Amino acid sequence: MDKVRASTIEALAGLLHDDMTIMAGGFGLCGIPEALIEAVRLSGVRNLTVISNNAGVDGIGLGTLLETRQIRKMISSYVGENKLFAQQFLSGELELEFNPQGTLAERIRAGGAGIPAFFTKTGYGTLIAEGKPVQEFDGEHYIMERGLVADIALVHAYMGDDEGNLVYRKTARNFNPVMATAAKVTVAEVEHLVTAGEIEPDRIHTSGIFVSGIVHAPVPVKHIEQRTTRKRDVALEGAI
Amino acid sequence: MAWTREQMAARAAMELKDGFYVNLGIGIPTLVANFIPKGIDVRLQSENGMLGMGPFPYEGEEDADLINAGKQTITELPTTSYFSSADSFAMIRGGHIDLSILGAMQIASNGDLANWMIPGHMVKGMGGAMDLVAGVKRVVVVMEHQAKGQPKLLSECTLPLTGQRVADLVITDLGVFEIQKRGPVRMTLTGLATGVTVDEIKAKTGTNFDIDLERQAAVA
Repeated sequence: MDKVRASTIEALAGLLHDDMTIMAGGFGLCGIPEALIEAVRLSGVRNLTVISNNAGVDGIGLGTLLETRQIRKMISSYVGENKLFAQQFLSGELELEFNPQGTLAERIRAGGAGIPAFFTKTGYGTLIAEGKPVQEFDGEHYIMERGLVADIALVHAYMGDDEGNLVYRKTARNFNPVMATAAKVTVAEVEHLVTAGEIEPDRIHTSGIFVSGIVHAPVPVKHIEQRTTRKRDVALEGAI
Repeated sequence: MAWTREQMAARAAMELKDGFYVNLGIGIPTLVANFIPKGIDVRLQSENGMLGMGPFPYEGEEDADLINAGKQTITELPTTSYFSSADSFAMIRGGHIDLSILGAMQIASNGDLANWMIPGHMVKGMGGAMDLVAGVKRVVVVMEHQAKGQPKLLSECTLPLTGQRVADLVITDLGVFEIQKRGPVRMTLTGLATGVTVDEIKAKTGTNFDIDLERQAAVA
């Protein structure tokens, strides 16, 4: 199995085309496949449908693909941090499908597990239930949601091996492991690339079966959207 | 004298019970963590994939891979565990979280909750709010009683809903209301902020409600 690619551009060579659907991991700017998104930008593919919890911020992550107008449609749960997004949406250039965050995660999980649809209470009686079948189970109302599958998933992991096994770090895990399962092809960028056997098998979060390409992409600077701290001399008991 | 944001958070913190798994929303609900009563041990869940949320880091110790759902840098505790977004919402939608404390734009007397969309304005999205109100065992709303002089407690929400009949308790700067989520519609005023009268609340509320101040809990 030859999964290791020399660069992000090589990792995506032959895999990108206009009108395709791309899943991109991350929550806010945490755990986003930033190097792979940059390679998508450089490829120039257009008319993309992008499934991602957020849409980056101006100039970072998916925000860069909005600047180049490569995205036609976003499927997201929250897009609050991006001015360009608002502009393109209001002008009608950009299509947007909001999914409740848990519904989005479960649609992706279902898609990856070969489950075409499922029922959930989330959103019953709201705008997002419009046009969706409703069924009653044990006296409660549920709406039907469809599984999601993409042409390609781009994920970011802390560590990976040449077998494609991945380990995520802290809250940078988020949507990455589910997305890795839910596309025809998954490409992972990893901060640390090691050889098979170096990661304790019990510690692996995503099994290599879900990953077809892996590329070493050290992250020089990780972005922080809201830098919140406490002073050393103030003991804020129980504070967040 | 209406309650301050901190007093509202302190009142909301009285809803915490020992051993609870709790999800706190952004804004005043976040402040609830500062008022956890002595002897009450709770675990805070952050829907981006963390249970056992710790305080903000000391300056210089921020970790970009360790954030809460508001994208703020936080820290881990000895009790912390991390998981995927799918597992996180399995906790939320599967009824494993005991309490959700969140903000709202409107609440109806039947428990309908609206907090994600104002038609005609740029819509940012619902994030995890629809999942939280649908799946968490008890939903406590903390919000200002009025917005720009208009009541937020109504007989019917005019804004698009986040969830139907989902709110159990509403804490505003003027008082506390219990809502019956099942069966006949019933909203009951059970507590008053210091110095606030029932008449003032009636004048500032867009729906009828019952009054049972015997149930008022004292705010420390």
